[in-house]
Amino acid sequence: MDAASNVSCSAFLSKGIMDFGEEPHVLAVDDNLIDRKLVEKLLKNSSCKVTTAENGLRALEYLGLRDDQENTLNGSCSKVNMIITDYCMPGMTGYELLKKIKESAIMKEVPVVIMSSENIPTRINKCLEEGAQMFILKPLKQSHVKQLRGQLNKCGSF
Amino acid sequence: MDGVVQLQRQFIDYTTSLYEEKYLDEQFRQLQQLQDESNPDFVVEVVSLFFDDSERILNELANALDQQSVDFKRVDALVHQLKGSSSSIGAQRIQKMCIAFRNYCEEQNIEGCLNCMQQVKNEYSLAKNKLETLFKIEQQILAAGGSIPVL
Repeated sequence: MDAASNVSCSAFLSKGIMDFGEEPHVLAVDDNLIDRKLVEKLLKNSSCKVTTAENGLRALEYLGLRDDQENTLNGSCSKVNMIITDYCMPGMTGYELLKKIKESAIMKEVPVVIMSSENIPTRINKCLEEGAQMFILKPLKQSHVKQLRGQLNKCGSF
Repeated sequence: MDGVVQLQRQFIDYTTSLYEEKYLDEQFRQLQQLQDESNPDFVVEVVSLFFDDSERILNELANALDQQSVDFKRVDALVHQLKGSSSSIGAQRIQKMCIAFRNYCEEQNIEGCLNCMQQVKNEYSLAKNKLETLFKIEQQILAAGGSIPVL
């Protein structure tokens, strides 16, 4: 993949030059089945297209960021506009997933939101320092999703 | 229309009592607000998922606590799951019991854990009963041609 197309993809994402009338696409990652159903409905009710993943590895796979996957420009570039992930997940935590996303040349501009049921300031700061857009204390509510939509509107023409 | 009005009254009173007795909290209202024409059974669907998932967790918990050498980390992980899902649907009493349960896990206190296990099972049974009753009243209202009051 040449450097020029890599740079233009990042610019494309950060300038948020999206088609008018397009729904933002959010990837929601959570190991809890009930929480996945809830986040999906909340986002869909907010006019978002939603894809869910049950753990960090599946999320990376979907984004085309798994270690053994080839990074193709078409693959990850237009896939998602935001990632929302639970912090406490078996295998890979939401923090580790955040780091992997921020390490990726293509995905690092995509806002990542972390959710947790536990209000631990050191955990929250750690995530924000690593580049998380926002930290949400569970349970997830409509007011949280309103905030998320606000963030998405800033990043794109939604 | 008398029948419908009576059922609606019953629904309102029952729902109010569930909130007052803390079986349900504000988060349950969030679920109800998400229900719409495109997804008229959303609340029942999510709660049914919750019942299935909770029963799975309770079985695994019973198993984990029955071991010669109890793996408290595993017990804690299971309780954490139950705490999360009960919180997400607004089942406050179950959630609060899970918090106490996790404290005993941290202390590796088997007596405390077994005690909490029993209490969580009781709270779960109660919540399940109450919610199923609520859904039944809803069904009766709809069958009688009425609409569910919004609280």
